[in-house]
Amino acid sequence: MGQPKTWKEWVFTLDHKIIGIFYLAASLVSFLVAGTSAALMRIELGSLGPTLTEDAGVYNLWLTMHGAVMILGFQIPALLGFFANWVVPIMIGAKDMAFPRVNALSVWLLWSGILLALCNLIVPDSFNGMWTGYPPYSETDFAGNTALYSLIIIVLGISSVFGAVNLACTVMFMRARGIGWYQLNMTVWCVFTANIMQLIFVPVLAASVLLLSLDKYLGFGFYDPGQGGDVLLYQNLFWFYSHPAVYVVLLPFLGISFDIIATFARNHIFNYKVAVWATLAFIPVSSDVWVHHAFVAGLPNWLRTMQTFTTLMISLPFGLLMLSMVMTLYKGSIEYRTPMHWIVGMFFMLIIGATTGIPNALSAIDYGISDSYVIMSHFHYVMAISGAMAIFGGIYYYFPKLTGRMYSEAMGKISAWLFFIGMNVVMGPLYFIGIEGMPRRYYDYQMFPQFESMHALATVGVAITTIGVLIMLYSWLHGMFRGEKATANPWQSQSLEFTHTDVIPGPGNFPTPPVMPEGWSPYSYDKTGAKGGSEARR
Amino acid sequence: MSIQARAGSMALMLLSLPLIPRPAQAVQVVPVPGQSRQWDVPPHVHFDELLHEVFWDITIIGVLMAMVAAYFLFAYRRRFPDEVGRLQKLSPQAALGWMIIPVALFMADDIYLFAKGWELHKQYREVPENAYEIRVTGAMWSWTYTYPNEVETYGELKVPAETPILLRMSSEDVVHSHFIQQYRVTEDLMPGRVTYMWFMPDKVGEYVVTCREYCGAGHSSMYGKVIVMAREEFDAWLESEAAAISASATVASAQQVVSPAADVSARDFGR
Ligand SMILES: [Cu+2]
Repeated sequence: MGQPKTWKEWVFTLDHKIIGIFYLAASLVSFLVAGTSAALMRIELGSLGPTLTEDAGVYNLWLTMHGAVMILGFQIPALLGFFANWVVPIMIGAKDMAFPRVNALSVWLLWSGILLALCNLIVPDSFNGMWTGYPPYSETDFAGNTALYSLIIIVLGISSVFGAVNLACTVMFMRARGIGWYQLNMTVWCVFTANIMQLIFVPVLAASVLLLSLDKYLGFGFYDPGQGGDVLLYQNLFWFYSHPAVYVVLLPFLGISFDIIATFARNHIFNYKVAVWATLAFIPVSSDVWVHHAFVAGLPNWLRTMQTFTTLMISLPFGLLMLSMVMTLYKGSIEYRTPMHWIVGMFFMLIIGATTGIPNALSAIDYGISDSYVIMSHFHYVMAISGAMAIFGGIYYYFPKLTGRMYSEAMGKISAWLFFIGMNVVMGPLYFIGIEGMPRRYYDYQMFPQFESMHALATVGVAITTIGVLIMLYSWLHGMFRGEKATANPWQSQSLEFTHTDVIPGPGNFPTPPVMPEGWSPYSYDKTGAKGGSEARR
Repeated sequence: MSIQARAGSMALMLLSLPLIPRPAQAVQVVPVPGQSRQWDVPPHVHFDELLHEVFWDITIIGVLMAMVAAYFLFAYRRRFPDEVGRLQKLSPQAALGWMIIPVALFMADDIYLFAKGWELHKQYREVPENAYEIRVTGAMWSWTYTYPNEVETYGELKVPAETPILLRMSSEDVVHSHFIQQYRVTEDLMPGRVTYMWFMPDKVGEYVVTCREYCGAGHSSMYGKVIVMAREEFDAWLESEAAAISASATVASAQQVVSPAADVSARDFGR
């Protein structure tokens, strides 16, 4: 099969698929760590007063770990690590990434970053300044080990930048003969765009957190007004990266969703070229909206007004992508296998997430709900839950190609719907108490005892979600060892990673280098019919 | 670009470098524009109206989209194994139309919401001229309110009813954020800058204040309240507090005369 045999071959592998699996393993470990801290927090908040811990500092550590590890350890590595590495080169007919050695360096840097992040649970002065790390708090001794925080972000940032250069070059220069720019899968376009955004914005994040440590340990004072610095400089730099980071996550998971929908509806992408340009439009559009994270931070009024407008403009490319996604179902021939169940769940979560973003875009509405559970619930719907559902759907989708076996459909579908219901039970009630005033990042809520029942309900939701996740993990383990043998193209997809590879793609990906005929498209179901099928007409 | 132009622009950039710290150093002098128009309702009532309207707007968009998707998901189930989708390729004109028309619709809704939001934003940020000013200092983890006559309270903001209240705010240590639930208003406090918010306490009562920016282990215990009192009651309270302060100040200054330490500090501050 070409799988590495000795441990040396595993560790020093340059095969993009094995590296992709390393990314996947890292992201699943991160998901479990960050998910456990979420469950601990929900139990703590399930009733008024101390429940699991009497120390708010312990709660703040869980919260910091949850946010940082979910975003930097789970979502970005799953999407820009696993899918970008494993899927994209095969989709474009390449035998590997453009720079396999750089690729190996990226994944080991990622693992280093994740191990450093786990160290934060062990070190005596663990960092508790939230994943946002705002100064001056993060520069005080209360915040713990700021150097560790800076280091983690910078290590992960270097990993991201290397990965981004590599992936962008791969898409630009490694496409098989016959595959033009307008014949790429949506996953390729979305991952490509997300990586261009990483290249533009990650250095700003790295700089902003580097200055934190220079301030704290060497007394530079970039963010210290006492030395002529400015507290708000950090917030501007941080969100200049971290709003685009939302699209670095959003676009790849939309891309995977597009491909899964196209495969299971056996349709081409509706208005493909417009969808491609809408994807690319996120680069300029996302670069001038960061102030909506700081509408109440004391920035000038004109800036708030201007960026309210630019933030609303996000709806244009986003709306076009949603439209293309819905219309790809139109006149389709939809088969409901497990990946499709996850993506359908993802789609309805995304609608809630997208529409609840609109009030937050208005500075005036933000004055009443800023930093409450409203925003917390919104970004979980739009990024955390939707993103996780698309990632899990995508893992099920490629499960036969990764393991050569099938998972249990029943378990896969049950896990999808438990996850969907569970997360709605968590985030729905919390949205409404957010409107009533529940602040985020609170260890306790003595001032709002009336919210206790809703908090308790949300904690029940986490229990439901946890059962769903456990069933999902079990279905993977079971499928890996006991599942039925898979075929090379179990979904009868027209996409290259299914049509032109072995059951488990071997070294070099393709038995013979693919050359695509004139007019080939990964979505050409209407022309050729399903593989082996006839020109079906209703 | 010629070599001279390049050298010129480099020189310009280098020369402008010393200017960069300037805006950062400046403590923001709070611009409080005068009242530009008379508002019919206080900002928090206006807020509830707008929030209600925006909720209708997003519910309609969301439900429409969800219904269309649900219908497609139901109507286009696969009926036999070899069936394929029959979505037609769009002509170039149709493709353009499917871009321009949705974009125009979204744009129209965006502009409508922006206009509505801007109106309320102006109301929040333009302080009435007759506002009663109180200074707020945030610190880990308490709120200090200082009245015009230097009376201070901790964790309890007492205000007269039916008078617009202007808060000028700063922080002694880290970023905090002053949120008043009833008045739907939030603004951060930070060292080195002075920020402001205003609200209109229209009814006598007690309302929750919480910190809305993470500030460490005591963040969730950094809450207090706004106590809205009738005007006469408030005036009487403030006067009695001021009287208590001047009484204790008299005692303090009497002690100062005999204290050498007080002498030293007085000289230091005198410079
Ligand atoms: Cu605070």
